[in-house]
Amino acid sequence: MSQVEVQETEKPAFYLTEEHHPEGSTMLGFWLYLMSDCLIFAVLFATHGVLGRSYAAGPSPADLFDLPLVAINTAMLLLSSITYGFAMLQMERNARAETMFWLGVTGVFGAIFLGLELYEFNHLIREGAGPTRSAFLSSFFTLVGTHGLHVTFGIIWIITMMVQVAKRGLIAENRRRLMCLSMFWHFLDVVWIGVFSFVYLIGYLG
Amino acid sequence: MSPQSHAPATEDAHNVHHGHSNGHEAGHGTLKGYLIGFGLSVLLTALPFWLVMGDVFDSKLTTAFFIMGFAVVQIVVHMVFFLHMNPRSEGGWTMMALIFTLILVGITLAGSLWVMHHLNVNMMPMSPEMMKNMP
Repeated sequence: MSQVEVQETEKPAFYLTEEHHPEGSTMLGFWLYLMSDCLIFAVLFATHGVLGRSYAAGPSPADLFDLPLVAINTAMLLLSSITYGFAMLQMERNARAETMFWLGVTGVFGAIFLGLELYEFNHLIREGAGPTRSAFLSSFFTLVGTHGLHVTFGIIWIITMMVQVAKRGLIAENRRRLMCLSMFWHFLDVVWIGVFSFVYLIGYLG
Repeated sequence: MSPQSHAPATEDAHNVHHGHSNGHEAGHGTLKGYLIGFGLSVLLTALPFWLVMGDVFDSKLTTAFFIMGFAVVQIVVHMVFFLHMNPRSEGGWTMMALIFTLILVGITLAGSLWVMHHLNVNMMPMSPEMMKNMP
């Protein structure tokens, strides 16, 4: 023990001290939440991949899906993605009213998306192609419905943030929340890419 | 709060040092970035819809292959231009979490499809009469 030649003055460094988290790790934490959400969708996609061709002698995607409607839906979500980007750019400029305006536009596009999806669901159920008709429709409604539920909560969150920004302005807390919402909203658009490609387009091919 | 929020112009200079970068300071987008991302996304969305609605290819397999290809590219475009993913944000931990998640997603998707396909192939064949008598 006494043979150790390290002098008292120079302490050995066992770890690197780096200042990485000036204002907490909220972004990383929220990203981890999104990744866990990603796993939920992965499981639902896998389920649809397995069951997507089990029609139980019922209607197939080619009979049911209205591709122009899906295209409009996709456009709505994509437009809402870029308008949220505009809101973030205005937030960086400290422009409160403009931020709220673009948040509002994003919310409206999201609401149109949701309205069209509910119209589609309603149409399918009235045609007798509800979630109980076949394994294909069960997995379809679960996957697309889960995405729609996320969009619903995203819209509620947008409205909440508009109220928050109106009452308290672009304070640090609200900026952090808007950053999280930005990640959430863009993530939903990423999931929708998978939905329209894998469920609608490839399903339509048969 | 004020020194951070009033100094967006100096953030890039800080990021060179790397010591000062946290996720969202490194992740601010620009108007140009958002517009490029949007343009690419519109293109990458319109192409697969056109392939299916316009019956461009005779082979469904070719069409499906292209659809999935466009989807993967578009997801990368969204990640880069909208979610501002880069290897530096949060000291690289967001990227690590993403890679880990992608591995899990790959195992889940490929594993489910593979196992269930085998199960289907190896099931006892059923005649329509047997199907009718099923509960």
